[in-house]
Amino acid sequence: MDFSLGERAESFRTEVRAFLGEHLTPTVIQQMHTTGTFNNKDFNSALAEAGLLAGAVPGYGNRDPIELYVLFNELEKAGAPYEGLAVTMLVAGVVHAVGTEFHHNEVLKPLLTGRYTCCLGYSEPDHGSDVAAITTRAIRDGKDWVIDGQKMWTTMAHEADWVILLTRTNPDVPKHKGLTMFLVPMDLPGIEIQPVATMATERTNATFYDGVRLGDQWRLGEVDGGWNVMGVALAFERGVMGGTNPAVPLLRHIRDWAANTPSPEGGPLLDDPLLRERMGRTAIANQVSQLLTLRAAWIAATGGLPGLEGSMAKLYATERYQQAVGWFQQMAGAEGLLSFGASHAAANGWIDYDGRHSPVMTIYGGTTEINRNNVAERHLGLPRAR
Amino acid sequence: MDLNLTEDQETIRDVFAAFFDRETGPERARAAEPFGFDSDAWDRLKETGAPGMGVPEAAGGAGASLADLVVVATEAGARIAPLPLIDHQVTARLLATVGACDANVLSGATIAGLVVRPMDGEIARTVPTGSVANFLIALVDDRLVATNAPPGNHLPNHGCLPLAHRDFAGAAVLTEGAEAVAAHRRAVDEWRTLTAATLVGIAREALVLGVEYVKHRAQFGRPVGSFQAIQHLLADLPGLIDGAHLLTAKAAWAGDRSSVGILGILDVDANDVTDFAALAAMALVAAGEAATVATDRSLHVHGGYGFSEEYDIQLYYRRARGLSYLLDDPARECRRLFSILLNDPDGLHKSSQEAGQH
Repeated sequence: MDFSLGERAESFRTEVRAFLGEHLTPTVIQQMHTTGTFNNKDFNSALAEAGLLAGAVPGYGNRDPIELYVLFNELEKAGAPYEGLAVTMLVAGVVHAVGTEFHHNEVLKPLLTGRYTCCLGYSEPDHGSDVAAITTRAIRDGKDWVIDGQKMWTTMAHEADWVILLTRTNPDVPKHKGLTMFLVPMDLPGIEIQPVATMATERTNATFYDGVRLGDQWRLGEVDGGWNVMGVALAFERGVMGGTNPAVPLLRHIRDWAANTPSPEGGPLLDDPLLRERMGRTAIANQVSQLLTLRAAWIAATGGLPGLEGSMAKLYATERYQQAVGWFQQMAGAEGLLSFGASHAAANGWIDYDGRHSPVMTIYGGTTEINRNNVAERHLGLPRAR
Repeated sequence: MDLNLTEDQETIRDVFAAFFDRETGPERARAAEPFGFDSDAWDRLKETGAPGMGVPEAAGGAGASLADLVVVATEAGARIAPLPLIDHQVTARLLATVGACDANVLSGATIAGLVVRPMDGEIARTVPTGSVANFLIALVDDRLVATNAPPGNHLPNHGCLPLAHRDFAGAAVLTEGAEAVAAHRRAVDEWRTLTAATLVGIAREALVLGVEYVKHRAQFGRPVGSFQAIQHLLADLPGLIDGAHLLTAKAAWAGDRSSVGILGILDVDANDVTDFAALAAMALVAAGEAATVATDRSLHVHGGYGFSEEYDIQLYYRRARGLSYLLDDPARECRRLFSILLNDPDGLHKSSQEAGQH
């Protein structure tokens, strides 16, 4: 085995780091936390102008998945607003994989400029983990489709130009077989967006579709073939495109804080044995998370679909992140509760932020339990439990 | 980047998997209890050349890399082979670096072992191979010393490992000073890496045993493996085990690079760690956790049969703990690791990209 990234990915990483050194200003980071929108179009288009975005689309261009991993891993580790970009590029990857020439020209090309954004329209108020049971209807009307329904957790919808929308086109067949995917322009009449505030500081949305009419050219994949498109999207989503190294900035913030904070028992907090043990454990978990992610990228780079390996990476990384946040939140005591901007906030408020953010990560993008079901059934070969 | 084994390593894996299937395994481990040594299997192992395979060719060995030895140790761990193989291989490599690896150690006619923990004066307590190795190496202050004496009295223990206390009074000095300290430290890091590999093998097989059991054990009219409560106990394990395996392989890769003079990186702020000492410590903790958790959950889903001596999982359960705690408390190992990570000047003085803007 060879764990060096290789010359190409290494020089790509150097480019990304140089870009971050120049463009990831404190203002950019502060903006994401004050607005709750983890997407910055100026930052994204600067990435595109630097030539770094073509490599951000899974399966597209001359970058391989190791470089895709490098890009999102570096953005995540640096604390950049990458979530909106990851979703947008994920959609770009799906469009590239299953889209038509029309989709390439109308959607993929604009997305590569960094000026446009996509959001995911899968979940509904009553259908989250059981996403194949969604009820948003798309009904044929001549050459058009008419869509009625409601989606939940459409993060970035308020900034998005398109939503990738999972709809029910046939209610009379088993649930997985009557689904169709559409790319829906967000400026069509009949679409309404309502904000959903979250404790994680990140804003998400509920979106409503009331008689939204669109042409068949916006259909992505076959009629009633939506579940196959979902399969491609989920394989891209889990693991490789960020979300598995959130405890890297956490550990950095904890170290800065502990080095500059006296322990009530004397000396700097950084000398506390329990803190050092937990920081050591977090450093180990960060390496393991990185390696599990890298494996998923490696499988994609060598022609495989790393769905299960992505599940394993997400499962491990998000649980460890949550555990580490819990440790450090306890150890920071009262000042650890203080938020961004509060006087004497431990780690400048980052502990409060991570405490708000970490419960989200074991839920979105496939809950811990859904990922465990995947591993149990498809990797261990255990009988279906549901 | 390449996460596949080399073709040679695939051959090594297949050859040793077949060897350990044939000559070791749970039945042989059970028969070797409580002493933890199967001398017939050791005699067969000598015929494969495994005892000296990690010694450089210039010193008479087969020149296998640490990464190659990880492949062998993982297969041995999966069959809980009652053989002092990794201790012997690490000690033979250490002896070769100080020009003291003789033909008997190369062939395995003499069993060699290493004192991995600090000495208690001239006494080495609870030595991993103390009750089977004649030839033992230890670091006393800054002197690398060797004793060639009959094995010590076996100490009955949790993992049925060949443990004994050993006396180093009058031991011969092989070398001393910085060279001795560095050689011993390197050998203990190799021991960490190969113990981690053994633990990965134990964890992997424990999961196989658990999955097989729950597929066939029926209660309430269906296999217990169809219950989600059981499935979710087991579904955490592949990521845990694969992660420990990747980390162990990475440690071996870093170890092989450092032995040809390529220095690793220690940048915890960017999660960029390719330093051998740091990765060896990480691998041991991660593999120890994978093995203790995997054997715990696998034993648990066996129900009452899990703790009955007739079933194999309890053999794996006890060895997982034996090998995980032999060197030190994993918590202390984590603290030691963090000191390694902190001592890097590049890491210490680097300012964080977004520090302090809130």
